[in-house]
Amino acid sequence: MSAIDTPETAISSPTNRAWRKLKAHKGALVGLGIVGFFTLLALAAPLLPIPDPNATSWTAIRKAPSLLHPLGTDELGRDILARMIWGARASLSAGFFSVTLAVSIGVPLGILSGYFGKWFDILVSRVTEAFLAMPFLITAIALAAFLGPSLINSMIAIALSALPIFVRLTRGQVLAVKTEEYVEGARSIGLGPVAIMVRYIFPNVLPPILVQATLTVATAIIAEASLSFLGLGQQPPAASWGSMLNVAKNFLVQAPWMAVWPGSAIFLVVIGFNLLGDGLRDALDPRSA
Amino acid sequence: MYAFIARRILLAIPTLLIISLFVFSLQKLLPGDPVLVMAGEERDPAGIEALREKYHLNDPVPMQYIAWLGNALQGDLGISLRTNQPVLSLIAEKLPVTLQLAVMSMTFALLLGIPMGILAAVKKNTAIDYVASVLALSGLSVANFWLGIMLILLVSVHLGWLPASGYQPFFVDPLLSLKTMLMPSFVLGNALAASMMRHTRSSMIGVLSSDYIRTARAKGLSERSVILSHGFRNAVLPIVTLSALLFGELLAGAVLTEQIFTIPGFGKLIVDAVFTRDYAVVQGVVLCTAFGFITMNLIADVLYVLLNPRMRASL
Repeated sequence: MSAIDTPETAISSPTNRAWRKLKAHKGALVGLGIVGFFTLLALAAPLLPIPDPNATSWTAIRKAPSLLHPLGTDELGRDILARMIWGARASLSAGFFSVTLAVSIGVPLGILSGYFGKWFDILVSRVTEAFLAMPFLITAIALAAFLGPSLINSMIAIALSALPIFVRLTRGQVLAVKTEEYVEGARSIGLGPVAIMVRYIFPNVLPPILVQATLTVATAIIAEASLSFLGLGQQPPAASWGSMLNVAKNFLVQAPWMAVWPGSAIFLVVIGFNLLGDGLRDALDPRSA
Repeated sequence: MYAFIARRILLAIPTLLIISLFVFSLQKLLPGDPVLVMAGEERDPAGIEALREKYHLNDPVPMQYIAWLGNALQGDLGISLRTNQPVLSLIAEKLPVTLQLAVMSMTFALLLGIPMGILAAVKKNTAIDYVASVLALSGLSVANFWLGIMLILLVSVHLGWLPASGYQPFFVDPLLSLKTMLMPSFVLGNALAASMMRHTRSSMIGVLSSDYIRTARAKGLSERSVILSHGFRNAVLPIVTLSALLFGELLAGAVLTEQIFTIPGFGKLIVDAVFTRDYAVVQGVVLCTAFGFITMNLIADVLYVLLNPRMRASL
């Protein structure tokens, strides 16, 4: 084995090195496994042999877990397993979409602000600081309240609340990178600002953004669950883990299982993303061996 | 020192202005005419016109903002639609409740997070460190409203040890007040404790590997004295700053905790306001939270300088 390994190591790219470190990181692998499992479940929801998540049944109201309903049924006789799987779609897509939106606005803003500086940088930095001075959840609640309650609006609210983190992070990275010699080299051979930002700056600021994005997915999933729990996210009858908990809290004594499953799922997925984020941070850190 | 504080306060002004602009523009996000929302059931044209006049809604938008800001600066955050009370007095009424919850949560986080962090750092890479890290990760990953629900189920419903909800003012019946707040402050404080533990651990690990710790050991000091008087005293600085920063975070976390335990505080105020479309209250709460948050950031900065002799000397 080692005879094959050695030459490969000698010419390995940073991506290969990071991947190898990630594979050796136990926590990251567990995280990747959890995230992968729930993502597959969410993607495969329409194909799985499960009951309709919104089909009510008056003969099966608040039934404890059984062979027929492995996780029990809710207050309208709906199958909780099916709702959990469809709920995974809502929770995970809220996590992915809101972070994707925050990254795709925040990163370009951060790059432009860090690269060009001057009045644009001052303006962007001031606004970013102001938004960072407001607690994440309060901003999201206020936005969701004024935009109106829906899953899409809660995703927008979460994305806007997460945006300043990415602007600040990217800007800081750009400031560190733009004085590097390779950027100066690119400028000296006559490359324009756009080409420099896309080809030289962006790839070099990417690793910390990737780590932050992974950790923010975890925050966003909790935020979506919180908004849905408050009734500001996913609207009935569609399922999300947060909205399932919102109903479950009224039946704690009669049907505790209604509350146990969605919360455990949130807990697991969030641990998964946190583990993966921590692992990525270690793997992408050029200083660690 | 005073110049430093003054400079920091001046820097907070543009931040507050931007936040006020955001809070003001929130009402512009509302679909339809805000006055119709405000007027509620009242559809009397004269009444609606009076509201329009009162909130300067016939003026251009920048003028509306200036009028709104002027009122806010004088403490007039508008009137609650639901209770007809001024928003500011409504907030002042609820704030002590949330502050008690926040202080108890913070105490809990400090009492749990710091010793755990020290222990994990001293016993680095042992089973104790491992267990502490897993606990911290769990604390950071659990949705606190779910933890609240599960605790109510276990502690109140099954064991009957603590009340599941309700609030008792501290000065009326301190013991009952502490008892009803015990579970909520655990729920609100556990993520904080986790964060505290992680920071204490990494800060302690850094300090424990420094030269003066080796010197202290070489002098023959007891391990306890090395860790607590020489190690912890130097590791505590980032934790103090963190506590001040996280205190603002507590205000946000209180929203869900108060909802679960039906505690009539600040957080429940904003949620109730959201559902009764009491937008002036929502705006007021956001504005006040941001103000509190910025104040805590300021205190964190000042504490950092006060506690760090090197920083103090550079002023």
